[in-house]
Amino acid sequence: MLKIKDLYASVEGMEILKGINLEVKPGEVHAIMGPNGSGKSTLANVLAGKEDYEVTNGEVIFEGEDLLEKSPEERAKDGIFLSFQYPVEIPGVPMVNFLKTSVNEHRKHKGLKELTAGEFLKLMREKMDLVDMHTKLTNRMVNEGFSGGEKKKNEIFQMALLEPKLAILDETDSGLDIDALKTVANGVNALKSPERSTIVVTHYQRLLDYIVPDYVHILYQGKIVKTAGKELALQLEEKGYDWIKSENGN
Amino acid sequence: MEEQDKILNDVTQGEYKYGFVTDIETDIIDKGLNEDVIRLISAKKEEPEFMLNFRLEAYRKWLKMKMPNWAYLKIPPIDFQAISYYAAPKKGPKYESLDEVDPELIDTFNKLGIPLEEQKHLAGVAVDAVIDSVSVKTTFKETLAEKGIIFCSFSEAVKEHPDLVKKYLGQAVPVADNYFAALNSAVFSDGSFCYIPKGVRCPMELSTYFRINAANTGQFERTLIVADDDSYVSYLEGCTAPMRDENQLHAAVVEIITLDRAEVKYSTVQNWYPGDKNGKGGIYNFVTKRGVCRGISSKISWTQVETGSAITWKYPSCILMGDNSVGEFNSVAVTNNHQQADTGSKMIHIGRNTKSTIVSKGISAGKSENSYRGLVKVMPKATNSRNFSQCDSLLLNDTCGAHTFPYIEVGNKSSIVEHEATTSKIGEDQIFYCNQRGIDTETAIGMIVNGYAKEVLNKLPMEFAVEAQKLLQISLEGSVG
Repeated sequence: MLKIKDLYASVEGMEILKGINLEVKPGEVHAIMGPNGSGKSTLANVLAGKEDYEVTNGEVIFEGEDLLEKSPEERAKDGIFLSFQYPVEIPGVPMVNFLKTSVNEHRKHKGLKELTAGEFLKLMREKMDLVDMHTKLTNRMVNEGFSGGEKKKNEIFQMALLEPKLAILDETDSGLDIDALKTVANGVNALKSPERSTIVVTHYQRLLDYIVPDYVHILYQGKIVKTAGKELALQLEEKGYDWIKSENGN
Repeated sequence: MEEQDKILNDVTQGEYKYGFVTDIETDIIDKGLNEDVIRLISAKKEEPEFMLNFRLEAYRKWLKMKMPNWAYLKIPPIDFQAISYYAAPKKGPKYESLDEVDPELIDTFNKLGIPLEEQKHLAGVAVDAVIDSVSVKTTFKETLAEKGIIFCSFSEAVKEHPDLVKKYLGQAVPVADNYFAALNSAVFSDGSFCYIPKGVRCPMELSTYFRINAANTGQFERTLIVADDDSYVSYLEGCTAPMRDENQLHAAVVEIITLDRAEVKYSTVQNWYPGDKNGKGGIYNFVTKRGVCRGISSKISWTQVETGSAITWKYPSCILMGDNSVGEFNSVAVTNNHQQADTGSKMIHIGRNTKSTIVSKGISAGKSENSYRGLVKVMPKATNSRNFSQCDSLLLNDTCGAHTFPYIEVGNKSSIVEHEATTSKIGEDQIFYCNQRGIDTETAIGMIVNGYAKEVLNKLPMEFAVEAQKLLQISLEGSVG
């Protein structure tokens, strides 16, 4: 599904990713862990196509096609979903309008008929239960006045609506209390399928108690320095990131 | 065939009936302005003496005035002697079919969802005399007549209702109010007149579009709206389709008078040719719009969506004379490329317990300059008055400018004036968030800008609001990214 080969990327002239290699197969859950500043969020944003990030070397193949050639919206419509670490507020734009536009852009891309307002509302109600989303939130403007937990829930709710092939969860656990964390994780798990892959980017192990990864990768100074099964996360929790740092000569 | 000929005939004659004098097709006055020209205009329009005197007084005062230079605008010199102040109305369709019209214009029409027949009308293509369009106008006139509402061209009003015109003309905008108003008063060609009698609620939105000949009121347009005691009217000016005009200078005057407990809602969508991407061409729009709430508890609200013109100089205002009267100004002004806008409002509180609200949303893109200029003046006797002003600016890039010039004068201690202002830049993060959800940048900007302007768009009549939304999006196409 996703193949990243020797990927280098920089932000404002500073090299952040220094040769990432990663392969994600359908249905797999990969966790990417690492200390602050190791390049986790950069990787997520490069995959989604954020402009500020410049790819200087390497390639990314998604579903057999060159991902880096495509605009952010094309990537999204091809099935890449980024759950934002800091979901953005858009004042004056109602959630419902935003979501309907988004869903219909995806449908157009797939050659499906656009949903009418009625059909969309029906779809929305179905998906809302998944993440325990309230109409009091969907009736508001995009992310406006949402608490941290509500914003994250809202991301997973959008993921449920858009049914991506590859979901990238960027620090979805940050700022969540344990109940919100469970709700969000339950949502992600409910959406699990043999075709859908997930990349969980996180600093802490605790999210991985709920979203169980097939692989854990440790990112350090722009490179994946360790890859193993879910037990690696527990090991990391126990020994702390200093373990990785000392192993890598710092 | 006979039926069709008859309709064609009616329509053609209609133009004469509601338009200018009959033999003007061959009539164009030489360029230049002097008293003789003004006498000639007045004579050609067969005006009564009070109109001629009005024009002459204005002209004499105009001669002693100077073009205002306080606005944040770069105005190229205008040669007032190089303008012909009396041109015959359109002699007929400019084009035989839509194929001859600029495809870019047609493209915009389609984006706005304007029906084909209407497109022809707007682009100056010969319109088939469809029975429907004729009967719509007729029904419209009949309905209004039943209620005693007068809605006609200004010229017609001067002939048919001279007493009303004489009584109210210049009441809100005196002849020598400002340079452009004085010029308009001296030479105005035509415009609209509207009178709502006592106790009548106008059952429909009055739109200049329905008035035959409205398409060619010229560059010096004059509108007068009078709402008598306990009456109500919602008036729509302009249209969302791009208006191209060979006249570069436009200096219109709109006057509104409301008597006791009357209410006038005046909505404008202005989309005149803004010039090309390099700032060449485009309309200079110098408008004086003012309403006087003469009666107690009367209300005037201005709502405007401005996306066109190369230069906009416009401050729709309210003079709140009657106790408890209310003034409102809601504006969205978009500037792109090299457009310049200096627009805002004046709220003059004279009566007691008067209230006013100003909501101004400026959106700047390209290399444009967008200024809000407003005056809130509370006179000493206007006790317990209130004003709330909110001026927001949204910038779409780093090359455009947004400016706010609020002036506040409060003459008593029991009144409260509040002013809030914000300036923000459209967020790359907001756009990327939309992109990541599969929404392209153009659509995202449209959504964000409409969200920003919603408070004002919501004040527009329904159909107008939908069109204005599309218009905002089109006006900003290609302005980011």
